[in-house]
Amino acid sequence: MRYAMAVDTKKCVGCSDCVVACQTENDVSIGYCRDWVVEINHGTYPQLETEIRSERCNHCDNSPCVRCCPTGASHYSDGGTVLVTKNKCIGCSACIESCPYDARYTHPDGYVDKCTFCLHRVKKGMQPACVAVCPTKCMYFGDLDDPNSSVTKVLKIRNYKVLAPEAGTKPNIYFLI
Amino acid sequence: MKEELIVSGRMNAKIDPVLHAWGWEISVYLFLGGLAAGLLFFAGVYYLLGKAKKYPTAVRKAPVLVPIILALGLFALFLDLHHKPYFWRLYTTVKLQSPMSWGAWTLMVVTPISMIWAAINIREWLPNWDWKFQWAKDIEKFFVGYKKHMAWLMVIFGVILGIYTGILLSAFNARPLWNTSILGPLFLTSGLSAGSALIMLISKSKKERKVFAQIDLILIGIELFFIVHMFMGFMASTQVQQEAAQLFLGGHLTAQFWIFVVVLGLLVPAALEIMELRKIHIPVLVPVALILFGSFMLRWLITYGGQLSRYLY
Repeated sequence: MRYAMAVDTKKCVGCSDCVVACQTENDVSIGYCRDWVVEINHGTYPQLETEIRSERCNHCDNSPCVRCCPTGASHYSDGGTVLVTKNKCIGCSACIESCPYDARYTHPDGYVDKCTFCLHRVKKGMQPACVAVCPTKCMYFGDLDDPNSSVTKVLKIRNYKVLAPEAGTKPNIYFLI
Repeated sequence: MKEELIVSGRMNAKIDPVLHAWGWEISVYLFLGGLAAGLLFFAGVYYLLGKAKKYPTAVRKAPVLVPIILALGLFALFLDLHHKPYFWRLYTTVKLQSPMSWGAWTLMVVTPISMIWAAINIREWLPNWDWKFQWAKDIEKFFVGYKKHMAWLMVIFGVILGIYTGILLSAFNARPLWNTSILGPLFLTSGLSAGSALIMLISKSKKERKVFAQIDLILIGIELFFIVHMFMGFMASTQVQQEAAQLFLGGHLTAQFWIFVVVLGLLVPAALEIMELRKIHIPVLVPVALILFGSFMLRWLITYGGQLSRYLY
């Protein structure tokens, strides 16, 4: 089982509904977010191109955060999901420094917090909150080992990229381009 | 033109607008750890070379300060932790892939040894020291018999402690400014230089001061070579590292780096030490203070600057 997500940059309108859904579902502390929306504008007028991406933890196969964690609090869980065990985390911030995507932050209670791929929902057969709520249906979540999952199917027929592949992290969030 | 905006308005504390998860606490610890490593290394080496009588400050007097320096450094580290009640979790795991884990275990070895070495040499500072209890005297006597073993551990773990402060940062490939293996040797050299400077300050013997001034001059030379080497590596590397190096080569930390680290922290004290060796008297506090200041600024600017450097995508 290898959980992955695909985000269609051609369909995303940058409404930030995914961000609010995540904050509500996961009771994210006020002033923090586990996912966010980036808008990138290339070129000069009138040749402008816009790309909009909903970003979050990449749940990398080769996670620098898991590697550098001195206590084993950051670990791989079901389907390669990267999680943090609260009562093992000492709040040293090493994982925050190690993440090329700046996907982690220190929770006001002291431990490190991040996207969990909504594993509590996924285990019940539901989609992660951000995917479920997306009004343009631009996000696909599923198991890459399952040939019938929506994410496997869409990655077969579309071009895609991952962020900073040169960092060697083997990320699992794919951006359809 | 390329413009990138987080349109959902992310403003996670210490992550946005620029990463600043590690502040002064880490720089202070890296500096004090390096200084302690330097003192332990020289104490061990000169003890093993049988020069305890010739260089009493390096072998006996200066290392008494190490437990205090380490305690201050560890306190700074503790302040940096955000989930403090769980700090003991460091000692329920050994994670070889994590430099911070083996740093924690190194400190677990170095701290008690430095305490024992300080205890058996405490009379260097307090000549009338009396352990009062017979059992304490027995323990002291026991450890005096193992000085040679301890000296070996001090040399080996001194080097590991000194080099680890650099490796801790260089293991993060997400921060291109840190991601250079030269950082380990550079911080080790800088720590040894800080150690030799402190020995010079404490020492009352002219001969010992002269030797450590000479050692320090060599270390400063090596440090300058490593710094040049580091920038050569960056300039020959990928775009992210070239941009990271720009922070110090025209970017907004340029003045701080070249003035505080290179000129005031290395070149000026080297010149003053050369003058002293040529018999032009310079108050020893001046070069020593400059070296310690430069050593701290190197860590501070690398820690701070590293968090400004990142992958672009």
